[in-house]
Amino acid sequence: MNLAMNEKPLLKVNDLKVHFSLTEGFLEKEVGSVKAVDGVSFELRRGETFGLVGESGCGKSTTALAVLRMQPLTGGLIEFEGNDITRLEPHQMRPVRRRMQMVYQDPFGSLNPRMQIRDIIGEPLLVHGLATNRRLFRERIDELMDMVGLLPDMSDRYPHEFSGGQRQRIGIARALALEPSLIICDEPVSALDVSIQAQVLNLLMDLQRELGLTYLFIAHDLSVVRHISDRIGVMYLGRIVEIAGRDELFAHPRHPYTQALLASVPRPDPALEATRSQQLIVGEVPSPKTPPPGCHFHPRCPKVMGVCREESPILESNRGALLSNHQDESRVACHLYDA
Amino acid sequence: MNADALLDIEDLSVSFRTDRGKVRAVSDLSLSVKQGETLAIVGESGSGKSVTALSILRLLGDNGMIDDGRVVFEGQDLLALSADEIRQIRGDRIAMIFQEPMSSLNPVLTIGKQVAEPICLHRDKDWSEAMEMAGSLLAKVAIPDATERLGDYPHQFSGGMRQRVMIAMALACQPRLIIADEPTTALDVTVQAQILALLKELTEQSQAALILITHDLGVVARYADRVAVMYGGRIVETADAKELYANPAHPYTVGLMASIPGIEGDAGTRLITIDGQPPDLAYLPPGCAFAPRCQHAHEACGSGIPTLESVLQNPSHRRACFGYPS
Repeated sequence: MNLAMNEKPLLKVNDLKVHFSLTEGFLEKEVGSVKAVDGVSFELRRGETFGLVGESGCGKSTTALAVLRMQPLTGGLIEFEGNDITRLEPHQMRPVRRRMQMVYQDPFGSLNPRMQIRDIIGEPLLVHGLATNRRLFRERIDELMDMVGLLPDMSDRYPHEFSGGQRQRIGIARALALEPSLIICDEPVSALDVSIQAQVLNLLMDLQRELGLTYLFIAHDLSVVRHISDRIGVMYLGRIVEIAGRDELFAHPRHPYTQALLASVPRPDPALEATRSQQLIVGEVPSPKTPPPGCHFHPRCPKVMGVCREESPILESNRGALLSNHQDESRVACHLYDA
Repeated sequence: MNADALLDIEDLSVSFRTDRGKVRAVSDLSLSVKQGETLAIVGESGSGKSVTALSILRLLGDNGMIDDGRVVFEGQDLLALSADEIRQIRGDRIAMIFQEPMSSLNPVLTIGKQVAEPICLHRDKDWSEAMEMAGSLLAKVAIPDATERLGDYPHQFSGGMRQRVMIAMALACQPRLIIADEPTTALDVTVQAQILALLKELTEQSQAALILITHDLGVVARYADRVAVMYGGRIVETADAKELYANPAHPYTVGLMASIPGIEGDAGTRLITIDGQPPDLAYLPPGCAFAPRCQHAHEACGSGIPTLESVLQNPSHRRACFGYPS
């Protein structure tokens, strides 16, 4: 997981923007836009897990779709395995998609109820013309089912015969079918019961170790993201406000939003909860149609200053003395750390 | 029977008619809640925690039936009341807050009307008085410009604001007992913290009891005084919150606590899991429902159903387990 830093990243996202236009009336006159993703940059190193956290509407899922080019981009650059894929035509994207696959949140909605498990898992092979030999096709499906902890004899069953956790395993097997290098997991365990979440997280970590996979892991549950990620980006209203290594982020959260997020998570320990100060931030995430000027977080920020209302802070590393004692690569977008 | 209990459930059994036959969702459940206390009922989907809550107010729906038991509230068995009598209690002495603030509010009625309705119904006020009270209730749950927003519709409120409205409705008649079924599951974590803190503060002020139904062990740790852990339709362990987290005694509770990734401590290591999956209530195993997943299961676990017994001579800490083999 801790590969040399000078190695080329598997995925590089630079200043990614996805804006949706808001229209009004019969003629659909454009009256504004929602900046769902507004200048997001990050890198994924080979073999690592990069976690993207944030509350609903922060743009984390839109970022995932945009990386897969399943969502038209307004601007920015996406480099995958060394190639610029930002402007590839759909037919040019096909071979690229073999290398990047997705695991979805809803294990009920993401599997076709009328297809046998064998066909669900094998469909990517058919779509990409890799199922030339019936016997090899079957063998590959058995192998994939075995990899995710399903019994190959279940392959002629239908999705409704499986529990939520098993269905998520089916979704993972389908994502693995094409031997991708990158798997984007969008809230892969949030629909599952607590005791099943742990099983699926273990499976994802085992597969990563065995197959050298790289994960972009999107979730709102901080303890889940912390457990599986090597590095984490925190998003708020379309922007990344902080990126840091896992341990660094949880030990020294810098952005007031990250701090508030960590303080909001109740810990499963009553003795600790009784003593912990509960500094709750006020208000809710504002509408992305009318984001506040300057730093998007300023109306809820306990440490707001004049400059925050006017200037958007940039995501920068090693700002001023507060951060200088750490030789890490944390970056934060907050005026508190302006030099 | 518990003398100082506000609510005392005794041997409650509930089942549903389904196309797979009659399915028992809650079996022989007993619990009690004291005035001013917060009891958390914890469990995974299908454990029977929501059915228990719905049974208290007899809101089970057409295919649900209470097979057995008593639900004694302020000395009165709610299960013996007529439909009219239980309606007098709903929203008045006992209020309920549901998980989905969007589907629990009527989309074509103004917020003001919905908050004022219970006051009109139970307190015999006229509309203008009730509306005025609704305005102050909304202010109490920290909705900005409360009186101006009485005429707004639910879609004009955010998820967190809608849940505040639900709390205002629940508090309208100063209930003695509030049942909150996963009140913050649909909300973001920063808003969840605000809503739960508000609920706790307001119930403390009015000395009402709170039954908090949740699957989130962190929420339980922060807000509950006492906890009941449910599995397969039964309570498998109950204790004071601090005691439960310090000394979990049922293998299911132990496994559940071990399987949640923490926000401190080791990360990236394999999590301890509970193998298998929660039972299908239509095909419960003959003995302890947890036995097929339990690493300590022995012969007795496969045949008999364990009853709740106190642990370590602590009368308030009880578990339903035949114990680990020696």
